[in-house]
Amino acid sequence: MAYNKRFDGRKFDEVREMEAKVGIIPRAEGSAMFRTGKTVAIAAVYGPRGVFPAFLQNPKEGRLKCVYDLLSFSVTERKRPGPSRRSTEISMVTEDSLKPVLDLTKFSYLGVDVYVYITQADAGTRAAGINAAALALADAGMSMKDLITSIAVGKVSDKIVVDLDKDEEDHEDGATDLPMAMSTRTGEITLLQMDGNMTQKEIKEAVEMGMKACLDIKKVQVEALKAKYKGAGK
Amino acid sequence: MKKYVEAVLLNNERLDGRKFDEFRKPVEISYDVSNKAEGSARVKIGKTEVIAGVKMDVGKPYADSSDKGNLMVGAERLPVSNPEFLPGPPNAQTIELARIIDRGIRESGMIDLKKLCIKEGELVWNIIIDIYTINDDGNLIDASALAAIAALKNAVLPELVDDKVQWGVFTKTKVPLKFEPINVTVYKVGKSLIIDAGRDEEAATDARLSVSVSETGSVHAMQKGGSTGMSLDEVDKAIGLAIKAVKPLRDALK
Repeated sequence: MAYNKRFDGRKFDEVREMEAKVGIIPRAEGSAMFRTGKTVAIAAVYGPRGVFPAFLQNPKEGRLKCVYDLLSFSVTERKRPGPSRRSTEISMVTEDSLKPVLDLTKFSYLGVDVYVYITQADAGTRAAGINAAALALADAGMSMKDLITSIAVGKVSDKIVVDLDKDEEDHEDGATDLPMAMSTRTGEITLLQMDGNMTQKEIKEAVEMGMKACLDIKKVQVEALKAKYKGAGK
Repeated sequence: MKKYVEAVLLNNERLDGRKFDEFRKPVEISYDVSNKAEGSARVKIGKTEVIAGVKMDVGKPYADSSDKGNLMVGAERLPVSNPEFLPGPPNAQTIELARIIDRGIRESGMIDLKKLCIKEGELVWNIIIDIYTINDDGNLIDASALAAIAALKNAVLPELVDDKVQWGVFTKTKVPLKFEPINVTVYKVGKSLIIDAGRDEEAATDARLSVSVSETGSVHAMQKGGSTGMSLDEVDKAIGLAIKAVKPLRDALK
């Protein structure tokens, strides 16, 4: 059965409604919320601060550590608290997706911790998490070449789409999920994963749609930063 | 800092100008933090922020309570909320936080667990409350306990067909609650007793007493914390203070 109309009425290259807010956790050095449709991520940054155990200290560059997790009640069936294989992997790819724009040499020997939690999940959680994390790092005043912007693209039944929600991921004909992240300034892709079934041509088409969507998402991120720092530095 | 906090209190003042029995403002509760939860709530007391969610499931009852539903309360002091909270298995303080809230709900009998029995000895509802701290500006205990009660008030049972939970389908049946106990923690700093300690006051605290108070003013659970003792007179004063000071939290829950 062809997928001619998206469940929620969006165009195939249209992202869900997005919202970003910077500075949501007063205690943290930097923090942000990023929402896409019904998926909500929060992120907070602590550091630069000492790294323990000491053998993890690196005189050449600082250590970026990301932790990603789902809150137990963010999903339909309760998620057991604590790390899982899934969250450990996503924590690592989140870290790798952010590192290319960060100047880690600015805090050699020290570490910066980024904590990302999903409070409500409706697919695309790692992308929302990365978008929130990038904002939190910027809010913390980290030295960065660009923000990182992330989106999940993919294929639902026979159609290439942007920003799949859970209903689309669960489509009876199957769905392919392709989370990606990039620096929109340089065009560098810093996260790329895929599960499902797509041809080389389809992948190129999907990633190009994702890159286009990232330009719009970046605007939402920048507006959120401006909203907090309006008038600052004058 | 501790000496300074004590000196200010001895002068009958607080760091932020509040009275000793006054909660920070605003006390705010909002609901539906997660549409995947059976119930959820966000509580802010001043800048302290906590979220709680209720998930429900069915399972076998325990042998010693074969006609009652089960309750489980978990808490995580998320590393986003305080630079000293680190990811990993819960430490003693986190477990204490969860257990204070668990007892306030369980031992008060506020949930009519008998109404959560589906088939005696075979199938009952499990209620699982998870609490997550978002910003620690002091007194996480009271914010967490209030978030748990608010999430319970907000909770509805999921649909049950042939003894199987239909995930994502909610009924309109509320969790049966008999009353709503609210936790107020009294902090002893030097010789002074205060409620709703801010971050610096909490760091200067010698002892604390958490008191779970119902609408009628009766006490349902207590927990003393901290490695300094309290006299009977202080305990009595603390309970009186908790009963008197609970009003803004009660009003926010309405």
